[in-house]
Amino acid sequence: MKCRKCGAGAVIELPRHNAAFCAPDFKEFFRKQVAEAIRKHRMFTSDEPVLVAVSGGKDSLALWDVLIETGYQTAGLYLDLGIFDYSVESKTKCEAFAASRGQKLIVESVANAIGAPIPEVQKATRRPTCSACGLSKRYLMNRAAVDHGYPVIATGHNLDDEAAVLFGNVLHWQMDPLSRQSPALASTHPKLARRVKPLYRLSERETAAYAFLRGIDYIVDECPFAKGATSIAHKQILDRLEEASPGAKHNFLFGFLEKARGVFEGTEPTVLNECAVCGQVTTGEICAFCKLSDQVKRRRA
Amino acid sequence: MKIKLRNPSREVELAGRKRVKDVLRELDILPGTVLVIRGADLLTADEVVGDGDELEVRPVMSGGSEAK
Repeated sequence: MKCRKCGAGAVIELPRHNAAFCAPDFKEFFRKQVAEAIRKHRMFTSDEPVLVAVSGGKDSLALWDVLIETGYQTAGLYLDLGIFDYSVESKTKCEAFAASRGQKLIVESVANAIGAPIPEVQKATRRPTCSACGLSKRYLMNRAAVDHGYPVIATGHNLDDEAAVLFGNVLHWQMDPLSRQSPALASTHPKLARRVKPLYRLSERETAAYAFLRGIDYIVDECPFAKGATSIAHKQILDRLEEASPGAKHNFLFGFLEKARGVFEGTEPTVLNECAVCGQVTTGEICAFCKLSDQVKRRRA
Repeated sequence: MKIKLRNPSREVELAGRKRVKDVLRELDILPGTVLVIRGADLLTADEVVGDGDELEVRPVMSGGSEAK
């Protein structure tokens, strides 16, 4: 197989683009896709500091790498979830990456913030682990960005992640999440950072290939709680579809973003308040994170 | 050839010269869900591998909570 651009031996084929690339041209393709995402959705400018949420996995470290290479001002944010050896290893990978690139890494502990590590939160609240984890991450990411003066948070969500979330939302016709699913969510309150997903145009195989070709040491093993997660089941279904019909995921996600998303947008803008307990943004009186944290503290008391 | 697989970590042996896509078919793995690595190289589906090769088949899926 030959590189579409230079004719040298290819290292990766991209059936949905009907193309194959050598290593240097694939890295160039990857960077161009990230640049196009940032440009198209006006994610951030070169004057704005970007807080990159890193997990130690391929996507977030590949994202951080591209943004550093492109010359953006960045810092990493690692949320220590307290998930046994998985968290220990992923934190080590993030610290090593940050040190090798001379970048600042902010580390926040979920256990300090919520009163217990993620596995204990699940036991105390009986809430699905991924749900409590997602809620905690969203909250802590925003709080860290606001506290440390970053107007924008970038996460490593890729095309497969976004297609799987869309699939789940469509299966259940989740109108509100459908209206909010976007590669870029604007800040609508002084205490709410902009949230962007610069990898949404790239598949997870592409981010894995980029991370490998850049020599990034990432955590390959999966979070122990991801096994059996609904999002994984949705990804597996979409993988079968993609195999039979290359480009299916891309068309599903991009078609939604370009043609259908607007249909789900409500006419009433969401009103944001400040949580009576912690002062962070919420649509209610007390935010979901404070409610969860209170529940954990009471059950463990 | 020796093939290292993940989730769970294990090693399998396959005999003979064959294309990467045929190796994956034998292992019942969709090509779009993994990277096939030999040393410092990524291999495309039409690459021929054989006895003496050591391959890693690395899954690319990540998942769980929607906030990465």
